[in-house]
Amino acid sequence: MQIYRSHVLICGGTGCTSSKSLLIKDEMISELKRLGIHNEVQVVMTGCFGLCEQGPIMIVYPEGTFYSKVKISDVKRIAEEHLLKGRIVKDLLYYEALEDEIVKSVEEVDFYSKQMRIALSNCGVIDPENIDEYIAFDGYQALIKALTEMNPEQVIDELKISGLRGRGGAGFPTGLKWEFAASYKDDEKYVCCNADEGDPGAFMDRSILEGTPHSVLEAMTIAGYATGANKGYIYVRAEYPIAVSRLEIAIKQAKEYGLLGDNILDTGFDFDIEIRLGAGAFVCGEETALIESIEGKRGMPRTKPPFPAEKGIWGKPTLINNVETFANIPAIILKGGKWFSSIGIPDSKGTKVFALGGKITNTGLVEIPMGTTLRQVIYDIGGGCPDNKKFKAVQTGGPSGGCLTSEHLDTPIGYDNLVKLGSMMGSGGMIVMDEDNCMVDIARYFLDFTCDESCGKCTPCREGTKRLKELLDRICTGKGTLEDLSRLEELAYYIQDNSLCNLGQSAPNPVISTLKHFRDEYLAHVIDKKCPTGVCKDLLQYFITDRCLGCGSCARVCPKDCITPTGEIISEKTGKRRFVIDNSKCIKCGACIQACPPKVSAIVRQ
Amino acid sequence: MKNVNIKINGMDFEVPSNYTVLEACKKANIDIPTLCYLKEINETGACRMCVVEVEGARSLQASCVLKVREGMNVKTNTKRVINSRTTTLELLLANHNKDCLKCNRNGKCELQDLSERFHIRDIYFDSFEKRTPHYDDSSVSIVRDQSKCILCGRCVSACQKVAGMGILTYINRGFEAVVGTGFNYKLEEAGCIYCGQCINVCPVGALKEKSHIDQVWDAINNPNVHVVVQTAPAVRASIGEEFGLEMGTRATGKMVAAIKRLGVDKVFDTNFAADLTIMEEGYELLDRIQNNGVLPMLTSCSPGWIRLIEQYYPEFIHNLSSCKSPHQMFGAIIKSYYAEKANIDPKDIFVVSVMPCSAKKSEMNRDEMEVNGLRDVDAVLTTREISNIIREAGIRFNELEDEEFDNPLGEYSGAGVIFGATGGVMEAALRTVADILENKDLDDFEYNNVRGIEGIKEASIELGGKTVNIAVAHGGENAKKLMDMIKSGEKEYHFVEIMGCSGGCVNGGGQPYVKASIRNSGVDIRLARAKALYEEDEIKQVRKSHQNKQIQLLYKEFLEKPNSHKSHELLHTHYKKQEIFPIS
Repeated sequence: MQIYRSHVLICGGTGCTSSKSLLIKDEMISELKRLGIHNEVQVVMTGCFGLCEQGPIMIVYPEGTFYSKVKISDVKRIAEEHLLKGRIVKDLLYYEALEDEIVKSVEEVDFYSKQMRIALSNCGVIDPENIDEYIAFDGYQALIKALTEMNPEQVIDELKISGLRGRGGAGFPTGLKWEFAASYKDDEKYVCCNADEGDPGAFMDRSILEGTPHSVLEAMTIAGYATGANKGYIYVRAEYPIAVSRLEIAIKQAKEYGLLGDNILDTGFDFDIEIRLGAGAFVCGEETALIESIEGKRGMPRTKPPFPAEKGIWGKPTLINNVETFANIPAIILKGGKWFSSIGIPDSKGTKVFALGGKITNTGLVEIPMGTTLRQVIYDIGGGCPDNKKFKAVQTGGPSGGCLTSEHLDTPIGYDNLVKLGSMMGSGGMIVMDEDNCMVDIARYFLDFTCDESCGKCTPCREGTKRLKELLDRICTGKGTLEDLSRLEELAYYIQDNSLCNLGQSAPNPVISTLKHFRDEYLAHVIDKKCPTGVCKDLLQYFITDRCLGCGSCARVCPKDCITPTGEIISEKTGKRRFVIDNSKCIKCGACIQACPPKVSAIVRQ
Repeated sequence: MKNVNIKINGMDFEVPSNYTVLEACKKANIDIPTLCYLKEINETGACRMCVVEVEGARSLQASCVLKVREGMNVKTNTKRVINSRTTTLELLLANHNKDCLKCNRNGKCELQDLSERFHIRDIYFDSFEKRTPHYDDSSVSIVRDQSKCILCGRCVSACQKVAGMGILTYINRGFEAVVGTGFNYKLEEAGCIYCGQCINVCPVGALKEKSHIDQVWDAINNPNVHVVVQTAPAVRASIGEEFGLEMGTRATGKMVAAIKRLGVDKVFDTNFAADLTIMEEGYELLDRIQNNGVLPMLTSCSPGWIRLIEQYYPEFIHNLSSCKSPHQMFGAIIKSYYAEKANIDPKDIFVVSVMPCSAKKSEMNRDEMEVNGLRDVDAVLTTREISNIIREAGIRFNELEDEEFDNPLGEYSGAGVIFGATGGVMEAALRTVADILENKDLDDFEYNNVRGIEGIKEASIELGGKTVNIAVAHGGENAKKLMDMIKSGEKEYHFVEIMGCSGGCVNGGGQPYVKASIRNSGVDIRLARAKALYEEDEIKQVRKSHQNKQIQLLYKEFLEKPNSHKSHELLHTHYKKQEIFPIS
């Protein structure tokens, strides 16, 4: 085996790849060759590091030097200075990795030091397209242990002890789910991995599949063994081409190594995995709609019961788990359920991956132990709101989740805690809003999404979410009445109570939670016809104050010609008149504000 | 089946464990409202009208798909439940074209019934956006009006499971979702066979047949036009339902009396032509068997089936009997033989076929269905349409004394009557063919093994020393199953009867609407109506087509013999391959 003195890890996740990280990798290899050190330094393409905001990311070991926002033109310097001469290129470091001229390693920066990685443990560490690297990091040890030292009941018991709950949204205890699936006897049974990640801004499943595809294959095979299934499906969106290609490579390699396919590890156990591509409907993340889609039908949810554990794919008992759930399982089998359950809080064990987004400094993926508070995630890891803006709310659980306020920031993150506050864990979206966000507009934004993604099968979701959205439209444009507001609330609870599947049942959550915590903003829109944050354009009015010098710059740029001189003469000398805006014609484009000379600043928006 | 104990509104009930909550409530004499639910056909829980409160469940549950459990505690009339149902209705109504007074379902609409039951008086969202309306009357048989559709999915399931065709499906998502065809092709080009099972199950006016009522009134009111009406066998078995009579009531005499009172000139029975069909088809079969013709011979009376074979099994077109369907034959005879006898210029005759069928409207429009430039049939009315006309004319159907069909073309055999049920054409043909081959009047002529609603029925019958293998299928799914077996060579038959609709014509797409509440009560419409036909067969003196005196006279005076040159000119036709999803 070749020994290298240095390793250069370059992120090959979707984010960094789109910023040309693969070209950076090629450039690095050719630079190393040019310098004649290509036998001393190994370049590895890894999965996602999580801090996508700062990509493309390059880490150099053994130092753990953290270069961020690397450009192709930077590669030559890093190769010559750092890799050849051993001098870290300080101006290319991640800003937090350099404090008082002291270089911090990647493990020492706040973003990583406060995380705990189980599901993501291999992401950004190994080459996902090389099974040997996975094996070198204990890969497939759990499968070997399960197949050779444990019977199916013991595997399920270990999961039950671990306290692992589904990471896809509902948080159903995984061990129990496996037990149900195992209890139904049939000649054909299936294991299915739900990789139909659909929450806007969430990409933990994609990162796992891109960064450590074998973890999922290994866990699915263990699940097949535990539940008595010999066939697995991975349902993954076609918009995840890198994840799909790495899965395909991983399946091929696992089969070559005898870790997948017939007679795995000579134990007589057969398990095969097939990839099914989804066309991107959000509702296909709902397990019964996903099953319909796998069967080649239109993705529309079925009624439950029967649950998939009894009648799933092709009407056969089926175990469906989410990607992140599976990614936790090899570690649980290897280190024991007890170890896993020692992490977290009573009802929520282990870690959870969140996709931090919105008004937050460090956008990206973080994995934290359950029980970490929202404040720790948003401020200590996420760096708080940028530009010193005031934090206003955080939306957890994606479009189906709810908004929480600053008074909830010290809540330890866990399934039950979030539900108690009117939100949910969901698949782990975490969108931060600051003082500039209008909460009515936010509710409308999420409703717009669920309304679009409703499959149209049941009345409450098909017709109801549309009406919710129309009511919000009325409110945001100043046409809302108090009756509209009470209808909005009634309808939201009706949809929650009557919809067929979880998409509809949770679609009103953004409305319900914002009504609960930000009712004054709704009332401002409805009664005062004002949007406190100025986001809802239709509620804005533009005025020209007496600072106006009558230059007419604003009138010249106004696309609607609604700014005209008044009779009020400002200067006897020039005869210039003050201008006025006809708000009945104004389209609130803001061009006049831009045009008004900064020194004058006579135009205000209220 | 073991029983379970459940509580409904605080009262204890014991019901079989395979019951749904909906069924259990019905047993407790509580009628839960439903819209999308059709037992065994559409069990999707989609409309949410039937929600109930179940102790322990977080949200309301759709009772139509929820099985009872021991100890279950159900509440059906709490404020939460009633408010939910009302809101569901209001949401549906807000997106529904409420031109009820002008709707063909006015008074027969399940949504209207519910709106009345829940006394909807105000619809908050009425002024909000409506679904983009789409009105498709491109087909000559079936009209679709999206502005009325409530997305219950009953037509989609009926097309899939009753018709076995799968032409209708959901397209688009969410609020934009509509029921449509693949790639939004016109029905004409989307593989539809016009069986009309979708119309039969639609709770509202989103699906209907293309109306010929105006043309018929115009003809009746034109003194220069001689209007001849013929009624198909299956109509008499169902028309009573339109006037409140029990399903399966035979209303032949009242129907004739009512139609006569509309002011038409003659009322004949398509059964006469059914007998004629048997003569032509029977001899065609004999000829094919005896002279190594193309076998199996396939029946050709059902225009739904004809559209199916032309679109899906064009390679079997030569297996189809060349006989026109009975009412088309009759049209041709009326405009030739009858015109001559009655001394009327055939150009002045207007033939109206009263049919249980939506596909007949397409059949009468086929290019082939004319002789010497004269259309065989000028209008097709469904059972529903003729009933509307009778009501419009103010005729008190139930009070009418029975009357007879007109002559000379009003006589028919029992064999003709049973055409309306699956297996009927086969049985009628066997009655005649057996007599011809044995050269005697056989006493044993009831072929029970081809009766009933089993999907595919098979039999081997000894006829004149030869074993004849026959099969009967009904509904698109069984038809396709049988054709696939014939295609693969798995099965070999001499004669095969196929009907486009499940159960045959008694369950055709032009038959009276049967509300979901009745469909779900366990009654089999197909069997109930077929019973009326077999009853009429039993009381007929003449029960074999070739023994129909007027048929014998028709051959003697006019056609000479079955499959004669003249017969071919008037009574036979040809078929051609039809393209599905053509790329233009």
